[in-house]
Amino acid sequence: MTKAKKEKKNIKGKWSRNDTELTLLAVPTAIWYVLFSFLPMFGLIIAFKDYKIMPGKSFIENVINSSWAGFKNFEFLIKSNDLFVILRNTIVYNLVFIVVGMIFAVALAIMISELHSKRKSKVYQTLMFFPYFMSWVVVSYFLDAFLNQDNGLINSMLRDAGSSPIQWYMSSNVWPFILVFMYLWKTTGYNMIIYLSSISGIDTTLYEAASIDGATKWQQVVNITLPCLKKVIIMMFILNVGKVFYSDFGLFFQLSQGASGSIFNTTATIDTYVYNAIKSATPIGMTSAVTFFQSVSCCITILIANAIVKKIDEESSII
Amino acid sequence: MLTKKKEFEFQDSDCKLNRVSKTSNALFNVLFVILAAVCIIPVVFVFMISISSEESIKLNGYRFIPEQFSLDAYKFILDESETIIRALGVSIFVTVVGTIIGVMLTTLMGYVLSRSTYKLNNFFTMIVFIPMIFNGGMLSSYVVNTQLLGLKDSIWALIWPLCVSSFNVIICKTFFKTNIPESLIESAQIDGATQMQIFWKVALPLAKPMLATIALFLTFAYWNDWFQSSLYITNPDIYSLQALLDNIQRNIEMMANNPAAGVSMVEYMNSMPREGARMAMAMIIIVPIACCYPFFQKYFISGLTVGAVKG
Repeated sequence: MTKAKKEKKNIKGKWSRNDTELTLLAVPTAIWYVLFSFLPMFGLIIAFKDYKIMPGKSFIENVINSSWAGFKNFEFLIKSNDLFVILRNTIVYNLVFIVVGMIFAVALAIMISELHSKRKSKVYQTLMFFPYFMSWVVVSYFLDAFLNQDNGLINSMLRDAGSSPIQWYMSSNVWPFILVFMYLWKTTGYNMIIYLSSISGIDTTLYEAASIDGATKWQQVVNITLPCLKKVIIMMFILNVGKVFYSDFGLFFQLSQGASGSIFNTTATIDTYVYNAIKSATPIGMTSAVTFFQSVSCCITILIANAIVKKIDEESSII
Repeated sequence: MLTKKKEFEFQDSDCKLNRVSKTSNALFNVLFVILAAVCIIPVVFVFMISISSEESIKLNGYRFIPEQFSLDAYKFILDESETIIRALGVSIFVTVVGTIIGVMLTTLMGYVLSRSTYKLNNFFTMIVFIPMIFNGGMLSSYVVNTQLLGLKDSIWALIWPLCVSSFNVIICKTFFKTNIPESLIESAQIDGATQMQIFWKVALPLAKPMLATIALFLTFAYWNDWFQSSLYITNPDIYSLQALLDNIQRNIEMMANNPAAGVSMVEYMNSMPREGARMAMAMIIIVPIACCYPFFQKYFISGLTVGAVKG
């Protein structure tokens, strides 16, 4: 009882030596957050500025001294044809990734948990998890080994078969399939393991009871496994939907070798567009409008997704 | 975690009645063998290319079984060893230093957030939480990092932006909260320990599995990072291995996209690592990961599940 009292007192009471020490411990990380997370948030303000770099001035002076541009940057953006393409690609690809990725991962996780031999299951997991640890640069080399115009395996097989080789890096209509395939290739093993670890946490007596009552395996999956996975599935869903305006930059940029030229239409996303703009030293006005739009929409989608989930199932929401 | 695993094995060995039929089991096995092969074949393929001779690549393109084997690609890398060893050095430096700094910053914040009696707890929780739902994006970070923090062309540009993530801080906080008994910390305080001493001598030694997990996350993130390099680094002296690989690819693209670009084609071709050598460099990046990953897989998975369950 005295302990509880003491704690209560401590929460409401005066600033103690403890608090000072803890603050000191937290300060280094807090400084990191200010510099690398909060300053860029403040930096979004340049979307409304006619931002120019003046030599010899610091960034903050530059921001303060540039004149306000109002929504001019956004007007430019809306008038350009690229906006529609990059927005469509970003959102549609992400939605396909979320839905297809989840179905694959959950289905495979359930199958692998049903394998009779646990040893084999471990081996499959290890092998399928492996691509997750490759960076997209390395993966782009893998892809290049298959699709390369002159030496790639597929083209040389086509040549052997007597048909003419295909210029993969120039034909835009094949890229949606390539990108979805490569996304699944790299992430399915990882997602499968997340779901698998939830499946292995399900109380086994549920299955025993069901099988005594004569439920088939399929009925057990539908009525026990899936409901038990609901929480993790929703959790993963919110996390992914929150990023619907962000694309996996490496996937789009590295695999398509630049996301530009004749395959711009099917491979460019908001992030590759911004990156190419940074690299090509175009005025940053319009680009900053894109990123402002991206950050704000992303924040709004997370809040909406979370609100919807909260309504359906109070416990699963994250905020 | 341990108990869960036991239950799982129990189900496996004792509950023979409630299993999928033999046919489905066989079908599943076939499916997973195919999937596992699809995941591994590209690595094998790239390895085979790296040991093919240049002539057989020219003649037949990339093949799983080349007509002629040769170690020329690896010899080429040895000849160019100065560049590559420097890049390897940069990669190792960034990975080691980044992981140490990252683990320190992450665990410090995680520990502070796990102290429920601390008065600024809510304030710091907000600082960690807000970046999870709102962030400045690529351009803003780029402008701030290059113009305000002066990170352009500095090796620290590869280290600082990646070292803390809110996800890791929350894993850390959850771990401290659930695994370190309040009474232990109180008794240390009664003995006159400062918070720094408690953190260093009580909390951290008890948190070794979690430290391993976070260190692993960071190690992989740093080792695999090419994006920071491609944004901030233009000086070839501080290219990491990934950046070097990325750069070779970029130059080949440039050559493919504008064939008439300045220098004579032949000269340019000669300055490029040959086909096999490119793939051999990719192997240099893959091999360290492939070697350590089976050992660390367990920690990786336990970290993922802590984060996924308690978010």
